[in-house]
Amino acid sequence: MITYEPIIGLEIHAELMSKSKMFCGCKVVDSVTAPPNTAVCPVCLGMPGMLPVINRQAVEFSIKVAIALNCDVQHHNIFARKNYFYPDLAKAYQVTQYEQPIGLNGWVDIELGTGETKRIRIRRVHMEEDTGKLTHENGRSLVDYNRAGVPLLEIVSEPDIHSGEEARAYGIKIRRILRYLGVNSGDMEKGVLRVEPNISLRPMGSTTFGTRTELKNLNSFRALADGSAYEIMRQETILRAGGAVVQETRGWHDSKRITFSQRVKEEAEDYRYFDEPDLPPLFVDEEWITAVAQTLPELPDAKLARYQIEYDLSPYDAAVLADEIRVATWFETAVTVNSAITPKTIANWVINALFRLMNNAKLTIDEISITPEQLVELLGLIADQTINQNSGRKVLDEMFETGKTAVSIIESKGLTQISDEDALAAIVAQLLADNADSVAAYCGGNKKVRGFLIGQVMRATKGKANPRLVNDLLTKALA
Amino acid sequence: MTLLTMQDVEKIADLARLELSEAEKEMYLGQLTAVLEYADRLNELDLDGVPPTAHAISQQNVMRDDVIEPSLPTAAALQNSAWHTDDQFAIQTVL
Repeated sequence: MITYEPIIGLEIHAELMSKSKMFCGCKVVDSVTAPPNTAVCPVCLGMPGMLPVINRQAVEFSIKVAIALNCDVQHHNIFARKNYFYPDLAKAYQVTQYEQPIGLNGWVDIELGTGETKRIRIRRVHMEEDTGKLTHENGRSLVDYNRAGVPLLEIVSEPDIHSGEEARAYGIKIRRILRYLGVNSGDMEKGVLRVEPNISLRPMGSTTFGTRTELKNLNSFRALADGSAYEIMRQETILRAGGAVVQETRGWHDSKRITFSQRVKEEAEDYRYFDEPDLPPLFVDEEWITAVAQTLPELPDAKLARYQIEYDLSPYDAAVLADEIRVATWFETAVTVNSAITPKTIANWVINALFRLMNNAKLTIDEISITPEQLVELLGLIADQTINQNSGRKVLDEMFETGKTAVSIIESKGLTQISDEDALAAIVAQLLADNADSVAAYCGGNKKVRGFLIGQVMRATKGKANPRLVNDLLTKALA
Repeated sequence: MTLLTMQDVEKIADLARLELSEAEKEMYLGQLTAVLEYADRLNELDLDGVPPTAHAISQQNVMRDDVIEPSLPTAAALQNSAWHTDDQFAIQTVL
């Protein structure tokens, strides 16, 4: 039986987080919540006589992305008109880069489920403008041009992806890099990041491509993985039955979890590209590229590797902390506070305690009041045995809740750990006398009783006893 | 010599969403052919060693700072539209 090889290439559209639009001074607004047509002007409405001017910040963001995606940043940049008739742009053309884009020949490495990495080549990165939004209702379509002209970056991969899960890993990787660079929020629900795979199948070993379909409406990476997997299965079923795949655009139905035909592409679209006469060429010189390169943060892959080597973190912990640059920066600040507290200890507390508190309160790292210095102060108090681990967790809860420092909480609650051996020995002796039955059971071989006795000591000391000392004292007393 | 056919004219008209009469098609065939003939004349020039240019003027890198400028009031943006409702441009359904 023939084995089919799925071939997937991904187009990712990312709006750039500049303040104003790509070619005019209209504010970039939240296209979901802003009242319609409140951020429009003659330029983005394509009125006669208007003159677009390139937003320098948007170009700079694009250079950043091109560098981060290992592209050759192109010096000669030309904008072109992509002509088509659809009311999502008032001009009847989209200004985009065609023959001379900002970035060519890049790549990113993705991690496969097996732990291996795989390199996905990036064909090109180009600048363009986003389109307006259409809503269809009762025999009419309504057009809101707030989004028209928002700087947009298109990132086109080579067809190096072979499964829905690989597509997902690639999408997540690109999104993480864009967020690191601070050029895109990654919010797929709001459509500021849109992912569209081209999918085709060919017999394994063949070097030509089969007929492809393009998938749209993917509002999450889960949808990207599942939609691609569904499409691979659908095409395989057709091919096995001796049929032919139709070249078309298909939509993903998120609740039915199927793809459906949206638009049949009878022939390659004829966009009649030509150079945009209103925009003079853009020359990005080496000096500019170098200057932008110096503003790049350490990127996720580099951080991930460094956290494991320099900080001795597990791959999992490193990945969790390096996922978002703000979390990573918070963590790295904490690491520099007190060299006696290891990065590993800090990582444990951030991942196991702080993240739990953040999740419950639905807060991001930017929104919490605890500073890296305050967390490390708390960990110092645990390390020098002022308080024990359990009290530490309670103190952290309260710090999170109230914004107070560890020291003031420990003082006001009297949580200072009891490490006075004589005082603890007295408490232990009293408890053993009070629980003669349990002691007898323990000596009779019921070792579980030991846990009960430790619990009694902690209860008697309101959780403040030094657990290591209690353990030692019990061992001695029960010997 | 580039030859334009009536089919080309019809395709271009279709892409431009223009409905042309037979007489108009004839007229545009003539006009567009003249444009292409002019381009052919340019092709006769010896351009060896002349770098390709995208623009007639030598200006480059005209950019603006990322500064928000006032937009049009919504009513003004919509005032010349043939049909608008709920602060949006309204058109016959397109899908």
